[in-house]
Amino acid sequence: MTGGETNDDGVTTDTYAETRHWLLLPAWATLGIFVLLPVFIMLIYSFLTKEFRGGVVWEFNLAAYDQFFFDRGLFGDEPAKIEWTYISIFWRSIWQAGAATLMSLLIGFPTAYFIATQPEKSRPIWVFLITIPYWVNLLIRTVSMKFLLRDEGPLNDFLMNFGLIDSPFHIINTNLAVQLGLFYSYLPFMVLPIYAAVERYNFTMSEAAADLYANKLTTLRRILLPAVKPGVIAGCILVFVPSMGSFLAPDLLGGAKNFMIGSLIEEQFKGNAGNWPFGAAASMILLTMVLIILILVARHQANYVKGAS
Amino acid sequence: MSESRKIAIEVRDAVKRYGDFTALKKISLSIYDNEFFTLLGPSGCGKTTLLRMIGGFEDVTEGDIFLYGDEIAALPPNKRPVNTVFQNYALFPHMTVLENVAFGVEMRGSSKPEAETRASEVLELVQLSQFSGRKPSQLSGGQQQRVALARALAPKPKLLLLDEPLSALDRKLRKTMQLELKHLQRETGITFIFVTHDQEEALTMSDRIAVMSSGEVQQLGEARDIYERPHNKFVADFIGETNLLEISVHAINDGLATCHLVGGHILTCPAVDGVSVGNKVHLSVRPERLFITDQPTNAEGFKGKVLENIFVGTDISTLIDLGEGPGFTVRTSNSERGNKRIFEPGSEVYINMELGAARLLVD
Repeated sequence: MTGGETNDDGVTTDTYAETRHWLLLPAWATLGIFVLLPVFIMLIYSFLTKEFRGGVVWEFNLAAYDQFFFDRGLFGDEPAKIEWTYISIFWRSIWQAGAATLMSLLIGFPTAYFIATQPEKSRPIWVFLITIPYWVNLLIRTVSMKFLLRDEGPLNDFLMNFGLIDSPFHIINTNLAVQLGLFYSYLPFMVLPIYAAVERYNFTMSEAAADLYANKLTTLRRILLPAVKPGVIAGCILVFVPSMGSFLAPDLLGGAKNFMIGSLIEEQFKGNAGNWPFGAAASMILLTMVLIILILVARHQANYVKGAS
Repeated sequence: MSESRKIAIEVRDAVKRYGDFTALKKISLSIYDNEFFTLLGPSGCGKTTLLRMIGGFEDVTEGDIFLYGDEIAALPPNKRPVNTVFQNYALFPHMTVLENVAFGVEMRGSSKPEAETRASEVLELVQLSQFSGRKPSQLSGGQQQRVALARALAPKPKLLLLDEPLSALDRKLRKTMQLELKHLQRETGITFIFVTHDQEEALTMSDRIAVMSSGEVQQLGEARDIYERPHNKFVADFIGETNLLEISVHAINDGLATCHLVGGHILTCPAVDGVSVGNKVHLSVRPERLFITDQPTNAEGFKGKVLENIFVGTDISTLIDLGEGPGFTVRTSNSERGNKRIFEPGSEVYINMELGAARLLVD
């Protein structure tokens, strides 16, 4: 059955064209209801006015964005200065997410390479093992991390018992603790796409490089890495983006000083101190930033793909 | 083949085992300088394993490999002045043709401009200069093949290894590339070791051939020698088309063996070492060395009946049934049709051969 029939003039008419549109409806509905609509609602809320005990008043203005970028004094009557508080929180988020992404890459790449070079039969087992810790809820994993990293925790016990350090190595409530937390939260998102890319890699190319007098490091740098680059980029995006907006790791592991944009947004919707329009505005700014980064990466990718084919 | 020729590569008692499986059983062979040498055999015979051992991609379980007298078995591939043309080419997809070809030269220590100059030279040699700026994926299979060849030749290796490089090309292109490869070998003077399972390809290109099967060299010699004087049943059967006849040796006199075939036929052929009276062995007769007549020409003609004529372009193959005894295939060249008749199926004919056309085989 081809889905077409030929009429008397010999013209084939597509009798299923109509049906095909209807079959796409669930996909469009899902996108619309679960992606576009929430973003649209958030966009509207970011322009509304704050209600005293959370919630909004339906009056449109730019107050939320103004509050994010400008400081007009306590009573809002002084000349506008740049408000650095939120911008620096934003900047710290980028920096923390970047560091976590780098850690994931440094650990995730060798892991992915290892799995991809195992005999074909055992590869699914390794992938399965990688995912096991992630069956546990993120909150519980992050809390456990807190116990691990404590001054009196197993990590410090271990280091001190082996005489590597004399006094506890202070990790908890530092940037490093947040980075470790983010790294551990999203590591599989780095490993899996890189694994998929390395698995597709034609290892004869590494042999060819060795045959042409390249040592192992040069082969990695000039042949393997360019070939699996799309997987590496995908992994970096998948770790970086959720890390940027994360609030569990910074809240539980970073303490009050290591606030990130995710925590800032979370605060605005929690309890009485909240400011819904401000939270929505911060979310929109985060979304825009991430979108810009993704577009830049996609452009770069498109050039790369164009070059390769 | 004079004994004074320089030996490019010497494999001495090389063994390759993968766990319990022995891929190569004590192989010893010498390949001369400036030679086009072919390892020929069916898949799984160990020819690629041997090539990969010479290239450094497989460890040698036992034995030694010498390259112009230097022991190389322990060196990694990037330390051997040997380059390979891989079966699937393994071109670097993110590099241009020129960058691909320059890669090896650069890795050997040349500056980038030097490497690219050399790469351009070699691309000229394989007639690909106008494609130097393209990516491999923008080339046809035949062009990719030449890039792989240029890339392997550019660093001026002492030895070029070719692992079934033509197998992905269509028949016509393969024929052209066979000749081109042969010319290239003569022009560059580099020793080529070529791996193939295609006996026709091996006969066309090689100075010498090593026929391999189940991890052993069955016969090593010049192409013509292997075709005309196969040593054993495997070689006779694998190289070219042949009539393999079961015989028993009845007598050997003055270098001639009298053989009895099934069905009471008798055939005389030159004796060979390793076959003595009473042996039940095989005998090979190439179909093109037989001819058909309707009258007996001498006492040894076999009488039979034509079953079928098969037109194969340049030749006609005639299948003949001897009634009792083996069937025969006789090949008649189309150009000889004037003086050699083609007999219709059902005709009674005699199969004749010159003395020496039949070859006794060691099993």
